[in-house]
Amino acid sequence: MDGFQAAANGDLSLIRRGRWVSLEFLWGIGESDYLILLREGRVAEVRLRTLPIETGMFSIRAAQEVWIEHWRPLPKRDYHDLFSMLSAGLASLDGEITPLMQNLLYFKDLLAAPRPPPAAQS
Amino acid sequence: MSKTAGPDYEAITGRYFNLQIAGADHRIYVEEAGQGIPLVCLHTAGADARQFRHILCDEELTANYRVIAFDAPWHGKSNPPPGWQDDDYQLTTVGYKDLVQAFCAALDLDRPVLMGCSMGGRIVLHLALSTPDDYRAVIALEGADRLQPYYDTSWLNRPDVHGGMVSAGFVSGQIAPQSPAEYRFETLWGYMQSGPGIFQGDLHFYWQDGDFDDRSGDIDTARCPVYLLSGEYDNSCTPERAQATAERIKGSKLTVMTGLGHFPMSENPALFRQHLLPLLQEIAG
Repeated sequence: MDGFQAAANGDLSLIRRGRWVSLEFLWGIGESDYLILLREGRVAEVRLRTLPIETGMFSIRAAQEVWIEHWRPLPKRDYHDLFSMLSAGLASLDGEITPLMQNLLYFKDLLAAPRPPPAAQS
Repeated sequence: MSKTAGPDYEAITGRYFNLQIAGADHRIYVEEAGQGIPLVCLHTAGADARQFRHILCDEELTANYRVIAFDAPWHGKSNPPPGWQDDDYQLTTVGYKDLVQAFCAALDLDRPVLMGCSMGGRIVLHLALSTPDDYRAVIALEGADRLQPYYDTSWLNRPDVHGGMVSAGFVSGQIAPQSPAEYRFETLWGYMQSGPGIFQGDLHFYWQDGDFDDRSGDIDTARCPVYLLSGEYDNSCTPERAQATAERIKGSKLTVMTGLGHFPMSENPALFRQHLLPLLQEIAG
């Protein structure tokens, strides 16, 4: 997840798109729940959840292997996009998702931030 | 000032005309290019005919086809009918069929080829069933006789969510990841410009009203050939749903397009034409 934070904060286009977003959400990667604190589109903090009451505004969860495929340079169909993962039953979404919907393109790109940029694709 | 050769215009000509549909006036915007067999192109839900601009400018294609693409009422540069402000827009199977038939009649087209994408791909299948002799063939891009909603469309039209941005956000995942960024974002731009509630209203037909898998098997492909083209990365009209449709419509021909998504003509025109051109040559005979 260190790599995620650096990749997201290094993408100025992503930060611009998310400039209205300041909140905390829960990102479930396999058995690990991470709390992602966003401030004006930047990833301010990434930390492992330690308490049950730490829920974030909403949660996005999928198995670790699903996220690994999602982050490949050219993901397989159904793994390439958050809503494709949801419709294929590969991911789940819970909580107050209005901010997610208000900034859907931003959140999709944020979750895909670890994916190598197009120039690096093979 | 020195005289120049003038702008390098594209081959597309755009015009407006009044179309009566169910007794109501509709100011319709239509573009066309080429000559030969009429090829009427129907855009996706929440979008407009700009999606077909590459087809309209494909000289190899327009050498034998008169390509015609129009904005459906409420979409693009076609107005909603007078009094629109008093109603919510909602597309139905009957209304969409009436629109396409009225359009083809107004232009006095002789057995055109119908090609639609997404909701357009669904309605061409309905028309192949109801009026097969009116069309030389139908091409359903990302069209099926049965679909399954995968999100709540009320998110598309509410005051606290930007309708254009959330529409683009929803459909972005239906574009293949390898499609060129330029065309990915041009496709999304069309969705960002859609009128309030229009994508949602179109999805009423696409997801609620348009299923007819109980009758699609009655389509007579000897009278109206049916071609289905399905993009690998389409998570809405998936290749599996297109395959199931093809199995019900005896004699139909299915092509699964590797590396394409739900918007083949606009997200990756160079790859899409590799599938479309041979098919149009087959139809032309």
